[in-house]
Amino acid sequence: MKDTLSLAEPVIEAEGLNLIFQAADGPVQALRDVSLTIRKGEFVSFIGPSGCGKTTFLRCIAALEKPSSGRLTVNGLSPEAARQSRAYGYVFQAAGLYPWRTIAGNIRLPLEIMGFSRADQAERVQRVLELVDLQGFGKKFPWQLSGGMQQRASIARALAFDADILLMDEPFGALDEIVRDRLNEELLKLWAATGKTVGFVTHSIPEAVYLSTRIVVMSPRPGRITDVIESPFGRERPLEIRDSPEFLAIANRVREGLRAGHIDE
Amino acid sequence: MRALVPVLTVVAAILALWYLAAIWLNADWARDQAQRAGADLPFSELVSQTLSQERPKLPAPHQVAQEFHKLTWEEETEGRRGFVKSGSFSNRGLIHHALATLTATAFGFVIGSGFGILLAVGIVHNRAMDLSVMPWAIASQTVPIVAIAPMIIVVLNSVGVAGLIPKAIIAAYLSFFPVVVGMVKGLRSPDAMQTDLLRTWNASGFQALMRLRLPSSVPFLFASLKVGIAAALVGTIVAELPVGGAGLGTRLLAGSYYGQTIQIWATLIAAALLALLMVGAVGLVQRLTLKRMGFRA
Repeated sequence: MKDTLSLAEPVIEAEGLNLIFQAADGPVQALRDVSLTIRKGEFVSFIGPSGCGKTTFLRCIAALEKPSSGRLTVNGLSPEAARQSRAYGYVFQAAGLYPWRTIAGNIRLPLEIMGFSRADQAERVQRVLELVDLQGFGKKFPWQLSGGMQQRASIARALAFDADILLMDEPFGALDEIVRDRLNEELLKLWAATGKTVGFVTHSIPEAVYLSTRIVVMSPRPGRITDVIESPFGRERPLEIRDSPEFLAIANRVREGLRAGHIDE
Repeated sequence: MRALVPVLTVVAAILALWYLAAIWLNADWARDQAQRAGADLPFSELVSQTLSQERPKLPAPHQVAQEFHKLTWEEETEGRRGFVKSGSFSNRGLIHHALATLTATAFGFVIGSGFGILLAVGIVHNRAMDLSVMPWAIASQTVPIVAIAPMIIVVLNSVGVAGLIPKAIIAAYLSFFPVVVGMVKGLRSPDAMQTDLLRTWNASGFQALMRLRLPSSVPFLFASLKVGIAAALVGTIVAELPVGGAGLGTRLLAGSYYGQTIQIWATLIAAALLALLMVGAVGLVQRLTLKRMGFRA
């Protein structure tokens, strides 16, 4: 599994990426010399304390931030061009559903904006609702759904226009542990079924280790990559792997990496 | 039912204060009259006289209520020009004048809020407008309306525009401002995450306006509309002061010419009821709309 992944074509390529914010009290280096290649079908997690640049890096990929220097391509295109070609769907920490639209209406929103035909819209909404296991909830309004279901709807919305890349910024950060576990499992199934490339920002070590094919450990001031850990697990990941010695070994290494990043502050 | 006791308490307190004020303000005249007649004026007599003068400084509540009843119900049911006899509202009654004011207010309110919404959209989308429009809008509201309204009326009259339109323009002049302020805030209310999300879909400014900004601004809009419609009513009444014809403002001025204080107060009550009705109507539409849109109102 590992081998086929490393042979797959690169989707996101970053080389020597720097980003400096001009804050009120002087410049802040949000990213320093970040180089990383994400290949097709990978599930890459970014983990690190706040201020380490994990979200900033994801936002650079989505062309929501502009790097100060360095090279960044998505599907071989600039991030702006990649966005125009609908290369990625973005999921934020909050579901951000419009209260005046039904769940189906919310999922339809990007499709309307992108100009899909009405029949196509309806068919796609139906398909992604099934994908996130929300069939039958299309006519409900967001307030009628639990937080976990709302977040699933927001994932469906990001999947509706067939982007190959899914960028997720702490999507389950606001949910409780039990809901989070179930959504993690479902996300893995979804990833296996669709073969998407996923960039996933998280605070949680178990979440990162459970989900990822690769874990990128980052540390703050300046934001940089301190370790990249390959996961030995294949695409099939029953919840039980979390008790295996391999899992604990990786979790330990991530923890070490995070600690090291903190010490040299 | 539980709200009834506090509400009635407040009403009773206001009425009591009103009666006391009426006795106090009208006492001088009553004493004066008694002195001229060389008569004694015991306290109980004083009280009853202060509350039954024909042109008191401050009419008592029951006098206002009687006058209001006379100018609405009695006038329309029994008056020669009343609704029952003539088929249309009497021009001596309050309903006829209130309807004229209502029409001009509603017309001006629609123009004013429409203009306010357009201005707010411009301010939010155009940096030059953002920097330049607000100071003018604020300046427009610092000009006393009683100073500018007669000028607008006279100028429009001289070019042949009279009747409803000038009144509606004054009403619009007062009602657009709260709508601009509320709508600018409402259109800017979506958070950074919402606008980022739209950017990831390459949404145009117009798409963001129609799908996110305008719907998000609806709760702000209604709050502004309530202020705006009350302001429009004030504008219409002020605009009616210098002109003849129908309208509560015209009635107020006529009352003050002839020192008919009771009639003035009855007209004021009509204006207050009209305001209550209009703000209530906006409130009703607000409740239904926000509920339908899934906002927690």
